[in-house]
Amino acid sequence: MCLSIPSKVVKIDKQNEVATVDTMGVQREASLALVGEEDIKIGDYVLLHIGFVMNKIDESEALLSLEAFEKIIEIIEEEEPL
Amino acid sequence: MNKTITLAHGNGGEENSELISKVFYKAFKNEILEKSEDAAIVHNEELAFSTDSFTVSPLFFAGADIGKLAVCGTCNDLAMMGAKPKYLTCSVIIEEGFELRELERIVRSMKKELEINGAIVVGGDTKVVPRGSIDKIFINTTGIGKVLKKGISSNNISKDDIIIVNRDIGAHGAAIFVAREGIEMSSSLQSDCESLFPQVKALLDANIKITAMRDATRGGVSAVLNEWAKQSNVCIEVEEESIPISNEVKGICEMLGFEATALANEGTFVLAVNHEDAPRAVEILKGFESCSRATIIGKVTDIHPKKVILNSSWGTKRFLDTPSGELLPRIC
Amino acid sequence: MKQLELKNLYDDFRDATTIKAYAKIINEDAAKLKNPINIMEVCGGHTHTIMKYGLPQLLPSNIKFIHGPGCPVCIMPKERIDHAYVLSMTEDVILVTLGDMIKVPGSNGSLQDARSKGADVRFVYSPLECLKIANDNLTKKIIFFAIGFETTTPMTAALLDAVIKKNIKNIYFHINHVTVPEVMRELIDSRDIHVDSYNNKIDAFLGPSHVSVISGSKIYEEFARDYNRPVVVSGFEPVDVMQAISMIVKQFIEGRCELEIEYKRLVTYEGNLKAQELIERYFDKRDLFKWRGLGNIPKSGLKLKPEFKEYDAEVIYKETLPIGEIEDHKLCICGDILRGIANPPECTIFATACKPTSPIGSCMVSSEGACAAYYKYGNLV
Repeated sequence: MCLSIPSKVVKIDKQNEVATVDTMGVQREASLALVGEEDIKIGDYVLLHIGFVMNKIDESEALLSLEAFEKIIEIIEEEEPL
Repeated sequence: MNKTITLAHGNGGEENSELISKVFYKAFKNEILEKSEDAAIVHNEELAFSTDSFTVSPLFFAGADIGKLAVCGTCNDLAMMGAKPKYLTCSVIIEEGFELRELERIVRSMKKELEINGAIVVGGDTKVVPRGSIDKIFINTTGIGKVLKKGISSNNISKDDIIIVNRDIGAHGAAIFVAREGIEMSSSLQSDCESLFPQVKALLDANIKITAMRDATRGGVSAVLNEWAKQSNVCIEVEEESIPISNEVKGICEMLGFEATALANEGTFVLAVNHEDAPRAVEILKGFESCSRATIIGKVTDIHPKKVILNSSWGTKRFLDTPSGELLPRIC
Repeated sequence: MKQLELKNLYDDFRDATTIKAYAKIINEDAAKLKNPINIMEVCGGHTHTIMKYGLPQLLPSNIKFIHGPGCPVCIMPKERIDHAYVLSMTEDVILVTLGDMIKVPGSNGSLQDARSKGADVRFVYSPLECLKIANDNLTKKIIFFAIGFETTTPMTAALLDAVIKKNIKNIYFHINHVTVPEVMRELIDSRDIHVDSYNNKIDAFLGPSHVSVISGSKIYEEFARDYNRPVVVSGFEPVDVMQAISMIVKQFIEGRCELEIEYKRLVTYEGNLKAQELIERYFDKRDLFKWRGLGNIPKSGLKLKPEFKEYDAEVIYKETLPIGEIEDHKLCICGDILRGIANPPECTIFATACKPTSPIGSCMVSSEGACAAYYKYGNLV
C-alpha cells in the first residue's frame, strides 16, 4: 500500500482538520488526522496517501540527498562521462 | 472469456478487443470489417463510413460535453482515414425526466462542432426510455466521409515510418476522472476534445506521405501503438522521454497511479509518416494552437514484432502493453 | 542551501544521470563481493519500481532481486475474498474497498463479477469517501473492506475515529490489515530450513518506504541484529532504490550488518507516533492470519478491539460469512512466488491461462503483484 506522493500544502482548515495540497497543479483536500496540526504549515512539503497527509517531508534531508547525488555524478563523470 | 459482460469489456483495451473478435467479428465476418480501421473504406475506396456511441458521465466537463464529443468522435474517425466528414446521423436515447435545457445545450454544442468539420446531420432517431433504464442520455453518431487520400491504413506500417503524436497526451481521460464524483480535485486541466479534420487537411494539402493515423481514444496511445504493431506485424520503439505529457496530467497520474499512455484522448492522434516527411509534419501540426507539443516519439523496427517497446533515457527497455481491466487507481 | 521545489522531489529522484551513476558504482563495488547476494524487496511498490524502470538490467549478475509478498491484494486468501463477495451480495449493503481489490477472484468470482450481477460494490481512492456514501445512502449499510499494511492501517483507524465522533450509524468494517515484520520473519525462518544454495537465500532486505514512514525503522532492528540480514529502508523512486542497493553492497564489502535508512527525507527510527497511537487504540493483533500462499502467520493480522464490535462486520454477519479452508488452484504457484522461491515465468500458467484479463492467482491481479509486473514490463528484463 505504498502509492504515496509528495505534495505542497497550500491551505489549512484547522477546524475541520483538513489541508489543501497541490501536486503539480492538481489540488485536493487531505485529512490531517494523522499529523499534529502544529507540525504542518502552509508551504510545507508532505506525503499524501489515500486522502491523508501521512508525514511531513524533511526538506533539509531532501536537499542533502540532492547534494549527494550531484557529488556522485561529479566523481563518476571525472572517470568517464555518463 | 467470462460468461457475463463486465465493465472491462468496454475499456478499449485487451478485453474489448477479445469481445469484438470473438463475438462480433466471428458473426459478421467480412474483409472490410477485419481490417479494423477507424472507419470502413467502402464503395471503391471513395467513401469512409464509421459509427460511435457516447455514454460519457458526467455530461459536461472541462473542455467539452457529450455533444461535442459525439460529433468529434465520429468525424475524427473519418478524418483518420484521410476522409472529409460530410454527412452524419444522430440518434439519441433519452432517460425520462431529462431536462430540455440540457438537451438544447448539448445540441448547440453539436452544431458548433459540425461547422468546424464542414459536415451536416441528415437524419436521426429519438427514443425516450423510462427513468432508470439508462444514465441520462446516450448518443450515437454515424458518419460518411469523402476519401481525400487513398491507402491510409493501419495495416501498412513499415520500417520506413516514423511515429508522431500531435500534442500532449492523456488530457481527456484525466479530465473525466477529475470531473467524476468521488474523486475531488480542482485543476486547470481540460479535455483535449477537438475536431481533427483541420489538422489532417493541413497535412494532406502539404502532401505529407502519411501511412496511418489513429486517434487515441479508449485505451490511449498505448492501445493504438499495440494495435498498429499487431496489424502491421512490426515492432514500434518509443523513446519514453519524448512522449509529451502536461504537468496537470502528470499530477493526476501520480496521484492515482495511472500511466498517461493508457488514458483516453479525444483530440490527440498518432501518425505513422514516411521518415522523409516526419520533421515537416511536426512543423505543420505545431501551427495549430493545441499542438505546440507535437513531436516525434518513435520509430518502427523488427526486433520484437507485434510488440511496443519503451526505451528509457537511462538505457533500459520494457514493453508497453495494451491496457487491460477497468482503469482503477492503484493503491500501492 | 538552494530552495527545494516540489518538482525536485519527483524529477531529481528519477534523474537518468543519477541512475546511471549509481549503476556504475554498484557494478564497481559488486566486483569485490565474495559471494553473490539476493536482495528481497518486501514491498509491492518496490517490485513495481524495479520492473517499470528496468533496474535489473542495470545490475551486475551477482546481485539479484527476490520479490517479496508486500502486496496486500496478492496475499489476500480466497476465504477473505469470499467474505467480501457474500457481504456485497447481501441486501442493503454497499461494499466499499480500495482499487485493485475488486478484481481478485474468490470461489464465486471477484467483486467485479458481483457488481455485474447487481451487487453495489464501489472502489474509492480514500476510506474517508465512505462518510459521503453513508450520508447519501442512509438506509444502506456501508461496509468498508479494509486492506493494506501499516501504511494504510492508520487511515482505516481514522475513518473509525470519525465514524464514532460523528455518531454515524451505518458504516461497518471488515478488517484485513496485515503487518510486515511478521511475514519477513516467517520468510527467513521457512526459507532457511529449505536453503541449500545462494539461489534461494535472502541475504538482505530493501525495507518498505511507506510502511516505515508510519512504523519507523525500529520494526526492522531484529533482522540486522538477530538474523544477520542488513536492512536498508528505501524510498520509492528509482534513484532511491539504486542508492539503497549501493548502500547494501557497501555493507557487504565492508563486513557490516546494519539497519540503515536511505529514505531519510521521510523515515525516522520512531515513525509517526500519532498514527501508531490511532492503530493501538482501535486494533488488536489476531493470533493467526492466513496469507495466500504462505499459510497462517502468527500475529500478522489485525482485527477490531472487542469494544468496537458494533462496527465489526465479521461479528455482525458472523452467521452468513462462509468458513472453511479453500485450496488454491493446483497449478498456481503464487505461494512460491510470494516466498520469493520462484519467479513468475517459472509458473506453468504464467501468461497463458493466467493473465491480467483472466487472473488465476492474486499475484497477477494486483498491479503490485510480481506476476503482473513481469507480464506488463517483463520479458525484456
